[in-house]
Amino acid sequence: MTSESSENRTESIVCRDVHKWFGTFHVLRGLSVTIYQGEVVVVFGPSGSGKSTFIRTINHLEDHQRGEIVVNGVALTHDVRNIDAVRRDVGMVFQSFNLFPHLTVIQNITLAPRRARKWSRERAEATAVELLERVHIAELADKYPAQISGGQQQRVAIARALAMQPKIMLFDEPTSALDPEMIKEVLDVMRELATSGMTMIVVTHEMGFAKEVADRMMMFDEGTIIESGTPAQIFDNPQNDRTKLFLSQIL
Amino acid sequence: MVGTPEVLPPSTSVGIVGWLKANLLSSPVNVALTVVVGTLTAIAAVAMARWLVSADWSPIHESLKLFLVGQYPSEELWRIGAVVVGATALMGVSWAVWGGVMRTFARIVAAAGLIVALTPIEPAGFDLAVRLWYLGSAASVALGFAVGRAASLGPKWVIRAWALAFFLGMALIWGFDERSLGSSLRMLFGAGATLTVVLAGAGWVGRFPLAVVLRWLAWGWAVVFVVTIVMAWGLGQTDLAPRVNTSRWGGLLLTFVLAIVGIVASFPIGVLLALGRRSRLPVLKGLSVAFIELVRGVPLVTLLFMTVVIVPLFLPQGTSFDLVLRAVFAITLFSSAYMAENIRGGLAAVPLGQIEGAKALGLGGFQTMLFIVLPQALRAVIPAIVGQFISLFKDTSLVVIVGLLDILGIGKSLFLGNVRWFGAQAEVYLFVAAVFWVFTFAMAYASRKVEESLGVGSR
Repeated sequence: MTSESSENRTESIVCRDVHKWFGTFHVLRGLSVTIYQGEVVVVFGPSGSGKSTFIRTINHLEDHQRGEIVVNGVALTHDVRNIDAVRRDVGMVFQSFNLFPHLTVIQNITLAPRRARKWSRERAEATAVELLERVHIAELADKYPAQISGGQQQRVAIARALAMQPKIMLFDEPTSALDPEMIKEVLDVMRELATSGMTMIVVTHEMGFAKEVADRMMMFDEGTIIESGTPAQIFDNPQNDRTKLFLSQIL
Repeated sequence: MVGTPEVLPPSTSVGIVGWLKANLLSSPVNVALTVVVGTLTAIAAVAMARWLVSADWSPIHESLKLFLVGQYPSEELWRIGAVVVGATALMGVSWAVWGGVMRTFARIVAAAGLIVALTPIEPAGFDLAVRLWYLGSAASVALGFAVGRAASLGPKWVIRAWALAFFLGMALIWGFDERSLGSSLRMLFGAGATLTVVLAGAGWVGRFPLAVVLRWLAWGWAVVFVVTIVMAWGLGQTDLAPRVNTSRWGGLLLTFVLAIVGIVASFPIGVLLALGRRSRLPVLKGLSVAFIELVRGVPLVTLLFMTVVIVPLFLPQGTSFDLVLRAVFAITLFSSAYMAENIRGGLAAVPLGQIEGAKALGLGGFQTMLFIVLPQALRAVIPAIVGQFISLFKDTSLVVIVGLLDILGIGKSLFLGNVRWFGAQAEVYLFVAAVFWVFTFAMAYASRKVEESLGVGSR
C-alpha cells in the first residue's frame, strides 16, 4: 500500500508511546504505530525484541504501563468491560494452538460465540461448519484436538478465532511449532484470509509469506520498531544495519 | 519341498508348566519362597475353612433389619423401599442413556435384587412383602431402562432427575409433620433469599443478560414454593409420611445418608474453597486458607465432638439441632477441606495457555473458569476426588463415638447387648467389612471406568 492512500483509510489499531516492563526489564520502549483496516502487517526481529509482547498488548493479554492503545475506537484501560469488548473483536492464534483438549473441534469453535456472543447453538454450529470448510477440515468436526495433526490443530485455532467474527486477527508465530510439511497448509489459510480483507498482524519469520502477502513489514529490536516499510523496501533496500544483518541471517 | 519341519516349543516353556516355571520356580530362591508362601497359604486356608464351617451367623440372620435401617419404624419401611426402587429405576434410565459403567452397575443391582428376592434363606422379618420390594427394585431397573430407551432422554435430564430424586428421597425418609409447616416456611424464605443472592451474583459475575437472570429467579422461586407447599401443607396435614426422628435411623441407611449428603455437599464447597484459595482477593484467599488449614489440622473425631458441643452454642436458645445433621455437618466440613486441596492441584495443572486462549476469545473470567479451567482441572483429579469419597464413606463409621449407630455401630451394639452373640464378633465384623468393601470397590471401579472414558483427547 502506498502512503497517500492511507490518508482516507480507517484506523484500526493506534498505539501512542506504549511502554511495558516485566519487573525491571523494559520490554516495550515507546512504540507508536497506526495500523489501518484491511492492512496485513508482518512483524519480525530477533527473539526477546518484544514482538510477541507487542501483539499481546493489543488484546490486553499483557497490560502496558504507559502510553495509549486504541483498538477499533476503544481505548484499552483497566476497565474489564472494555477489555472483553476488544477481545471479542480481536482474534488471536497462538504458537502452541491452545485448543481446549476436553472439547471436540466443533465445540472448541462454538464455545465462545455461544457463551460470549449468546448465539443459539444452531447458529454457532452452522457458522463453525462453514469455517471448517473454509480451512479445509470439515471432516474433523467431531475429533478431539489430540486426535489430529499440528497443522490441522492450528487451522482449527484459526477457525475458532474467526468464529467470533473479529475485525482484527493477531498471529503469534503461528507456524513455529509445526513440522515443515504442515507449515504450508497453515500459511495457505492465512493467505486466503489476507485476500479476504482481514486486518492482520502476523509475528513470523516466514519471509516468503511476508514478501507475498504483507502490506507492511516491521523490524523489531530492543522494544522498538527500528525499521518499517513495504516488503519491497525491506528486502531490496533495507536502511538499518541491524535489519540487514538480521535478514542476512534468516534468509 | 524339504523345509524345516515345524517344531512345537518345548513343553516346559508354554502352558501351565511354562507359567509355573517362569513365575514360581525360576531360581532356587524362588523355589524356596514358593514353598514357604504356599505352605502358609494352605495353613491359613484350612484355618479359615474350619472357622467358616463353625461360624455363627445368627446375629446377622436375626437382626438383618437393624443392620439395614436401624430402628426405622417397620410400618414406615415402604418409604425406604420407595426410595430404593426410585434409585434403581434411575439406574436403569442411566444405563439406557450412558451405558458403560452404569450398565454394569444396573445389571449387578438387578441381579442382586432378583437373587435376594428368590433366596431360600429366611432371615428374621424377611417376609413376602420384603421379597416383593427386592423384586420391585430388580424390575424397576428394567422398567427404567425401557423408559430411557423409549424416551431417548438427554444426559441433562437424567442428571436433573438424579438431583430431584436426591432431595425427594431425603424428604421422604425424614418425613413431615404439622410442626414442619413453620420450619418449612422459614426454609422457604431462607432458600429463596439464598437463591436470589446466588443467582444475582452469578448473573453479575458472569455478565448474563438481565432477562436470563430473571428467568432463573422465576424458576427458582417457583420450585421453592411448590416444594414447600407440597411438603409442609400437603404432606404435613396427612399421616402419609410422618416425621421419623433421625435418632431412629441406623445401620446401612444411616451410613448411606451420611456418605451421600457428605459427598453431595462437600464437592461444591471444595470447589469454591479451591477457587477461593487461588483468588487474588486477599480476604477471600485468607479465609479459604484459614478454613482449609484449620480443618485439615484436626482429626475428624475431634470435629464430630466439636459440632456436637460447639454448634449448639451458636444457635438460638431452645432450638434443637439434630444429631445426625450435626454429624453430616462435621463430615462435610472435613471432607470439603481435603476436596479443596485435591481440586487445587487440578487447577494448578491447567496450562496458562488454556486461560489465555479463552480470554483471547472474549470469554469472561467466570466463563473461562466454568467452561475451560474447571472441566480440565476436575478431570485431572478424578482419582484423588474418588479416593476422598471412599475415605469419607469409610469415615462415616466414626459417628459411633457421638452415639449414632451406623452399620458398624449396630454390629457392635449387637454383641455388646446380647450375651448369646458375644462369641460372634468375628462374624459381625466380617459382615460389616464385606458391606463396606462392596461399596468402596464399586466406587473405585466406577472411577477407573469414568477415567478411561474421559481419556479421549486428554493429551
